[in-house]
Amino acid sequence: MANVITDETIEYVGILAKLELSKEEQEQAKKDMGRMLDYIDKLGELDTEGIEPMSHVFPVQNVFREDSIVNSDTREEFLANAPEQKDGMFVVPKTF
Amino acid sequence: MAMIKEYETVIGLEVHVELATKTKIFCGCSTAFGGAPNTHTCPVCTGMPGTLPVLNKQVLEYAIAVGLATGCDITRYGKFDRKNYFYPDNPQNYQISQLYLPICRNGGIEIETQEGGRKTVGIHEIHMEEDAGKLIHDEWDECSLVDYNRSGVPLIEIVSEPDMRDAKEVIAYLEKLRLLIQYLGASDCKLQEGSMRADVNLSVREVGQKAFGTRTEMKNLNSFKAITRAIEGERERQIDLIEAGEAIIQETRRWDDAKGISYAMRSKEDAQDYRYFPDPDLAPIVVSDEMLAKIRAKQPEFRTEKMARYREEYGIPDYDIDIITSAKRMADLFEETVAICHQPKKVSNWLMGETMRLMKEKEIDAQDLHFSPQNLAKLIALTDSKAINGNVAKEVFEVMFDQDIEPEQYVEEHGLRTVNDAGALKKAIEEVIAGNPQSVEDYKNGKEKALGFLVGQTMKAMKGKAEPAMVNQILKEFLS
Repeated sequence: MANVITDETIEYVGILAKLELSKEEQEQAKKDMGRMLDYIDKLGELDTEGIEPMSHVFPVQNVFREDSIVNSDTREEFLANAPEQKDGMFVVPKTF
Repeated sequence: MAMIKEYETVIGLEVHVELATKTKIFCGCSTAFGGAPNTHTCPVCTGMPGTLPVLNKQVLEYAIAVGLATGCDITRYGKFDRKNYFYPDNPQNYQISQLYLPICRNGGIEIETQEGGRKTVGIHEIHMEEDAGKLIHDEWDECSLVDYNRSGVPLIEIVSEPDMRDAKEVIAYLEKLRLLIQYLGASDCKLQEGSMRADVNLSVREVGQKAFGTRTEMKNLNSFKAITRAIEGERERQIDLIEAGEAIIQETRRWDDAKGISYAMRSKEDAQDYRYFPDPDLAPIVVSDEMLAKIRAKQPEFRTEKMARYREEYGIPDYDIDIITSAKRMADLFEETVAICHQPKKVSNWLMGETMRLMKEKEIDAQDLHFSPQNLAKLIALTDSKAINGNVAKEVFEVMFDQDIEPEQYVEEHGLRTVNDAGALKKAIEEVIAGNPQSVEDYKNGKEKALGFLVGQTMKAMKGKAEPAMVNQILKEFLS
């Protein structure tokens, strides 16, 4: 494995992903991530000079919708997914 | 003795403007303000898996229109990117925005400087993005509540170059930008209600120094006054740190306008690493010549052109023109009322006088004026025909200003019509003369002021419903 992921990196990625990993999980994640980066390096061997990065898999462009209201109130339906609700809103841990 | 150093403030703005579309940026949910929580939501704007966002064409057109009006280059091949972060106001865990290919770039707005000169504040870019939901902090329980009605409401973010040097320039830039967007009809740009939000990026450096100092970003500024105070406060805070030999930390700060101080919003543990990447759900945007020409053709008359036309067409003083065109709503009211009554100066007087006075008194933004041109024209007709006098007209106008009542009906219902019954007026005058012998005496001895008093007494006896000029005339006849 050419890419070695440091403890700092895995901790940082953990913070970004809001994941708390155990020591074992961290070690496993370091290995997995190293392998992923090796694979990316492999792709990097290809000559992509002058080729625009692809952002969409289909050759489509300008997919628009008109500015007219088509949705109605489906609050009850989607609030049904909430672990907890109050006054028609989702309840989440206190934020500031 | 230490030398007193002089510092220069360097300011750039990030202005978010909520676009006046009927629906959200990527779904057909209403953008109407004030609906019951979560009633304007759907699987797309609540980030349900497997949903597909589709761009609202009007959002693109508004963004391009603002770009054209600010002299920007329009990006002919654009796309959207995902800005990744976790926060409950953002159900997808990413915000759809534009990082790599924003729709507009390299524009500018000309402002007047304090010295009476002009300068251009550069616009780095304008990009389209979606707004987040609203978090409400529960007062009773240790929790927060989320309302996603605002999630997916279209925004444009206008990023200026760090070209401003003090609060006055910032306000001049914001006023110009706001007016331009209002004229375009792309947004009502109300700071108080958050349809226009300005974040201030500020750093200081010693005068003459080329390199920029470390900047901070100030949020939560919802009035021009708060912006001015925050700029002055932050300038001082940074200078104090520099003078004390301390480093300025690049951070986001929240302005508390009531206390007049700011707080650091995010700590170091909150890494700001948004890992942007192109959004694969949204198709690239190709702006054709045809599309651009269409939008260009629809650009409205802007303030400078409007001012020139007013001078030509209406013949009202420059001072009036300046004030009337300073808000789109005011200009619309003016033009629509003049179209009905053909009396530009009289319409202007109502707008410049009573309208401005009541706006100030009631702290109402010009964009919120809601009396109709039809009713203002009717009020002018009522005074022209002397059906009501000037004071009564003002009284009626104030009610109209609040509730847009129909003035003719209001005047009838409240018995405000001027009494043209000469008999009743003469009778009232006779009584006033009889009741105020001293004033009559004074007037006859040459005291002009006494006449004013007698007119006043007569108006009072007539409950304000007489024509003062007529009262004056009859009184003089009686006393001569």
